[in-house]
Amino acid sequence: MAELVLMKGNEAIAEAAIRAGCRHYFGYPITPQTEIAAYMAKKMPKIGGVFLQAESEVASINMVYGAAATGCRVMTSSSSPGISLKAEGLSYIAGSDVPALVVNVQRGGPGLGGIQPSQSDYFQATKGGGHGDYRMIVLAPASVQEMASLTIKGFNLADKYRMTSMILADGTIGQMMEPISFEDAEIEKYEKPWALTGHENKRKHNIVNSLYLQPDALEKTNFERYERYKVVEENEPMWEEYMMEDAEICVVAFGIASRVAKNAVVAARAEGIKVGLIRPITLWPFPTKALRAAAVKCKAFVSVELNMGQMIEDVRLATECKRPVTLCNRAGGMIPSPDQVLESIRAAQKGE
Amino acid sequence: MAATSILLAGFGGQGVLFAGKFLAYKGLSQGKQLSWLPSYGPEMRGGTANCSVILSDTPVGSPIITEPDVLVAMNLPSLQKFVNSVVPGGKIILDSTLIDAKVERDDIEVFYVPATQLAKDAGFATLSNMILTGKVLKEIDIVSYEGNKETLESFIPAKKAGLIDMNLKALQIGYEL
Amino acid sequence: MAVVFEKPKALTNVPLHYCPGCPHGIIHRLVAEAIDELGIEGKTIGVAPVGCAVMAYDYFACDMIEAAHGRAPATATGIKRCRPDNIVFTYQGDGDLASIGMAETVHSAARNENITVIFVNNAIYGMTGGQMAPTSLPGQVTQTSPYGRDVNHCGWPIKVSEMLATLEGPEYIARVAVNNVKNVNNAKKAIKKAFQNQIEGKGFSLVEVVSACPTNWGMTPQKALEWVESDMLPYYPIGVYKDRTAAKEGK
Repeated sequence: MAELVLMKGNEAIAEAAIRAGCRHYFGYPITPQTEIAAYMAKKMPKIGGVFLQAESEVASINMVYGAAATGCRVMTSSSSPGISLKAEGLSYIAGSDVPALVVNVQRGGPGLGGIQPSQSDYFQATKGGGHGDYRMIVLAPASVQEMASLTIKGFNLADKYRMTSMILADGTIGQMMEPISFEDAEIEKYEKPWALTGHENKRKHNIVNSLYLQPDALEKTNFERYERYKVVEENEPMWEEYMMEDAEICVVAFGIASRVAKNAVVAARAEGIKVGLIRPITLWPFPTKALRAAAVKCKAFVSVELNMGQMIEDVRLATECKRPVTLCNRAGGMIPSPDQVLESIRAAQKGE
Repeated sequence: MAATSILLAGFGGQGVLFAGKFLAYKGLSQGKQLSWLPSYGPEMRGGTANCSVILSDTPVGSPIITEPDVLVAMNLPSLQKFVNSVVPGGKIILDSTLIDAKVERDDIEVFYVPATQLAKDAGFATLSNMILTGKVLKEIDIVSYEGNKETLESFIPAKKAGLIDMNLKALQIGYEL
Repeated sequence: MAVVFEKPKALTNVPLHYCPGCPHGIIHRLVAEAIDELGIEGKTIGVAPVGCAVMAYDYFACDMIEAAHGRAPATATGIKRCRPDNIVFTYQGDGDLASIGMAETVHSAARNENITVIFVNNAIYGMTGGQMAPTSLPGQVTQTSPYGRDVNHCGWPIKVSEMLATLEGPEYIARVAVNNVKNVNNAKKAIKKAFQNQIEGKGFSLVEVVSACPTNWGMTPQKALEWVESDMLPYYPIGVYKDRTAAKEGK
């Protein structure tokens, strides 16, 4: 085991990105993720990398697009309102099939919203956000250690499938410190024959592009892309199960909500309620199989979220509406207390 | 199987986050599981700041403290805000130089530490936070008092190493109360 | 038989889609000739815009990328920062560069990003069918200024070269035209210099090419070139607006 250090979640992302071979960061300041930019600004010049503060979120994601097209490992980070601005670039990156890592340390919305932690960009991250048919791999860390490990994983998956990996964190996980160890990052290498490197008169020119004026050609690229997405859905779902062996009630929560939910599960167990937790680690692909299996033996589900109820729709889809799913939520930057979650578990137990 | 949650609260600039960081590193050096969570945003700048530290023998669940075992209050608004959230049987350590109020609850232990005055008397007016932290170390069992120097060295940058001795003295003053 | 005229190597064999009389063909050719003469095709990466030149990625034989509307300088920045030894250019129209992409234009110039920008100003949105552009002249009739551009209502045209020349950042800002042989020859020199500057690491070089849009101006190609001379160039005078190296050398 490598040495344990204390680090903020945001800093862990930055350090992990560097260890994953990322040498290019383009961003624009916004709370509560600015530590990522600050860390990069300090480190990149010392290791031959590039930190560039762009003129806007729009510019920064398009810098990422250009950098990604050259085959470099590249990233940007922002928080909710900034991700809305980046939606344009996310769509182009998807349409051009280049890999990138984008971090969203969520804050409350809509609009300017607030700066306190939130999970209200679940729809935006998992259902699109930008225009067109596309998906992003969405990774939801629940600890500082996972901020690091999922960042490394995110770069690998992005390269493997030529798509964007998004780290969907929140202000709490971004700002908190926990002990973390950096194992040697497992950097997977993928050939990038499509990359813009200059053809050196040795090959036909490469074109990175998302424009297809012939509808049949555009349809073909979309169908092919979705074949790739199918492989991701088959191979890449990640989740954690906690006390699920004999569970009759299944709590579903990700990120900071899952930490609160764990406390509540422990408290409910102490009352004799057979309850467990499924924590999706990938929000897309959603761990549908795990939820479907749970729906066979659990009589009710509780979705705990820091929003008005977004993931709950995927829980209902995954469980094919076989069991009741209730929502336990706070919004706008508020976080449910373990007691609130415990109340919801009790209600589910009683069939309310 | 013990866990102790400590909520430190005061004005921005009183060293609430630093004191929390010290406790977090203390936990790290003694092999504890832990979390450190600051309040963030504009309130850091002159408003109230607080910091949640959980030290535990088992993995930390939620890093958010709703019912602290120990409340360190460095000003009156912080005491008023959190006094009723302290778990029954818990402890409040407050700076009685700055807080001219008594805690009415009788289900908790309250320590009135004139930290600001003690810090002034000792010649380091800005270290009331560490005097209070010394008292925290006295009142909790999850970490032991030994090894403070190494802990401070582990996170204070070398160019500020001159501050370590003063911090150690401040901790000592609080611990010996 | 002696070859007296041939297609530049840096252009592909794909037939251009531009309207009859459109100067984009000329400007593409000038860019390609500069690339050929400097021998840089193998390491050049071009950034196509959104606008009439959107399919420039099919026409230039070097590696190409299609950027989002207005973002070409940002995309080029990302490429150049990853591959500083490659030559990176953008090819943008007036709506792309001076309206939706103004922030990216100004800031890449302010950073003295070591890229080459070819800015085609024809005072109208061509691809979408002839709407008012940020560079449409006062009184100019377009689809979205059917009574003529009313500057009291929708503001004044932006003189991009003059504006960018006020910045400390950029190395080279020049305005050229392609309405006659002499101007075409001068345009070629400016474009080549803008690439040469990048090769020498001097920084942001932008060539504004005053062009024409016979289709959307509602003119014959010949008439459109005359209108460039009579109406466009008085408002957008040809010249070198900034040349840091020349200024340093006291030229």
